Amino acid sequence: MGTRAVLHRGPKTDQIERYTPAERIAHWLTAGTYVYAMATGLGFFTPYMYWLVEIVGGGPTARFWHPIIGLGYVFTNVYLHHQWKSDLKLIPEDRVWLDKVKYYITNEDDLLPEQDRFDAGQKLFYWGMLYCAVILLVTGVVMWFPESIGRSWHWVLPLVVIIHSAAALITIGGLIIHVYMGVFMVPGSVKAMTIGYVSRGWAILHAPLWYKKVANGRTVK
Amino acid sequence: MAGGTLQIKAISGHAGPVAGANTSRDYDVCKLVDTTTCIGCKACEVACVEWNGYPFRPTSFDNTYQTMPNTEWNYWNLIRFDEHENADGTFQWLMRKDQCMHCEDPGCLKACPADGAIVQYSNGIVDFQQEHCIGCQYCVTGCPFDIPKFNQETKKVFKCTLCSDRVNAGLEPACIKSCPTGCLHFGSKDDMLALAQARATQLREHTSHRNAGVYDPEGVGGTHVIYVLHDSSNPEKYGGLPKNPRVPILVQLWKGPLKWLGGLSMMFGVMGVAIHYLRFGPKEAEMKDADIQKEDRNRGN
Ligand code: HEM
Ligand code: SF4
Ligand code: SF4
Repeated sequence: MGTRAVLHRGPKTDQIERYTPAERIAHWLTAGTYVYAMATGLGFFTPYMYWLVEIVGGGPTARFWHPIIGLGYVFTNVYLHHQWKSDLKLIPEDRVWLDKVKYYITNEDDLLPEQDRFDAGQKLFYWGMLYCAVILLVTGVVMWFPESIGRSWHWVLPLVVIIHSAAALITIGGLIIHVYMGVFMVPGSVKAMTIGYVSRGWAILHAPLWYKKVANGRTVK
Repeated sequence: MAGGTLQIKAISGHAGPVAGANTSRDYDVCKLVDTTTCIGCKACEVACVEWNGYPFRPTSFDNTYQTMPNTEWNYWNLIRFDEHENADGTFQWLMRKDQCMHCEDPGCLKACPADGAIVQYSNGIVDFQQEHCIGCQYCVTGCPFDIPKFNQETKKVFKCTLCSDRVNAGLEPACIKSCPTGCLHFGSKDDMLALAQARATQLREHTSHRNAGVYDPEGVGGTHVIYVLHDSSNPEKYGGLPKNPRVPILVQLWKGPLKWLGGLSMMFGVMGVAIHYLRFGPKEAEMKDADIQKEDRNRGN
């Protein structure tokens, strides 16, 4: 028979594994639970977004699931942390990158110090999300069972709600930038987080130190 | 209200006057509770449970004449009992009918996130619509009188309706109807205030209750349940009636400026990244294989 198309197994030769399947699953579980909690939370936050609550089954349903899925979000965060904590440790050189972040914003990346697997901006986003998750957890549990708060302590309830929504808004700010970066600003990132691979060019441009490490033999396919 | 036109003016074969006659209940209704003539018989408690159709719940005896420690989701009306020792060593039994105050500026309604779960009628009644309630209990946070109560089973919140169903049919609330001493009155806010003031004046002038007065707290814009107290300088002693109740300042902040701040920040955030994309565009990595090999050589890989 003539030529036959063969199913290509694994990455093409110029591609590098960026995220393992476990990392990708953890990421999308975090993202999915977060988005549900965010959408329902925003519905409770303002009447102008109450329709978000309606599209996921209505108020009582959303009120039932929001804290549970929120807990799920915290758990997936722990799993993500377990996998990424060493790559996300802030190092002194990150200061330099952050001081020059305006070059990152203006797409003059060649003026920036070379970054490892994650750049300082990604690290800050990650730690911000993690600390906010802890705040959301603590305040959220109080809001879950307000009847357990005695009358003389009722005045803390609105304070707790304000802290909960402030932490949520900080993460939403981070998320807007995160999604924008991943989907629009850095082409190839969506592929990295879905099928797991990036091109060499991507790695050299966005994570040169990491590229050097992986190109030295470990993970380059 | 729709049924306002069905207000009863006369009743055939009825002993005594028609309750609430000559009052304009189709706007600004009000309950007047005269604590000085309440004998603590709890007829109103029973009438409330009966009219609203809840089975009588277990009570707990704690050596007072109070039926239970607090109002409950299916027990909206409670005579609070306090044994108060006066400065001159005399005792006083204070009975206060505790229920939703139907605030003109209701903190429960302000705090509630669910569309239509709490309504305020033009006649002043604040009513919970359980079919829209999501069970978040924000109303508990907003209420300065600790009134809304949560039902664990149905995940809904309940409180006194001021018998909106009866009032709508031109009847007085069930508690008013049952009161044997006449310490409960029902009518328009104006009429009730006038009656209350007259009673307080009478107490001040003809009894030893020099501080007698009317409780109609300004902090919540006035209430549609008002009290005559023997001592209006210290409402707290009547089972913790707050002296100057108001919608908690943190609730006003949360439901006011912070909502707008949050919403605007999110809008600016999304607009910001959109403008950034239009101005700077994506970070394309365009490297040919030859370049990559050169780069690798330069780096000594
Ligand atoms: C850690 C787990 C979490 C728990 C236990 C939790 C619990 C709660 C509870 C009980 C409420 C009260 C409103 C209701 O449920 O009806 C609430 C509100 C809210 N939650 Fe969460 N939550 C969690 C995580 C999150 C996350 C990840 C977000 C993400 C953005 C979020 C955003 C919000 C917002 C914006 C509100 C509305 C606050 C307001 O009404 O002003 N929550 N949360
Ligand atoms: S007393 Fe509480 S429940 Fe009743 S109207 Fe006022 S704020 Fe709402
Ligand atoms: S528990 Fe129900 S009535 Fe109370 S604030 Fe939440 S939705 Fe509104």
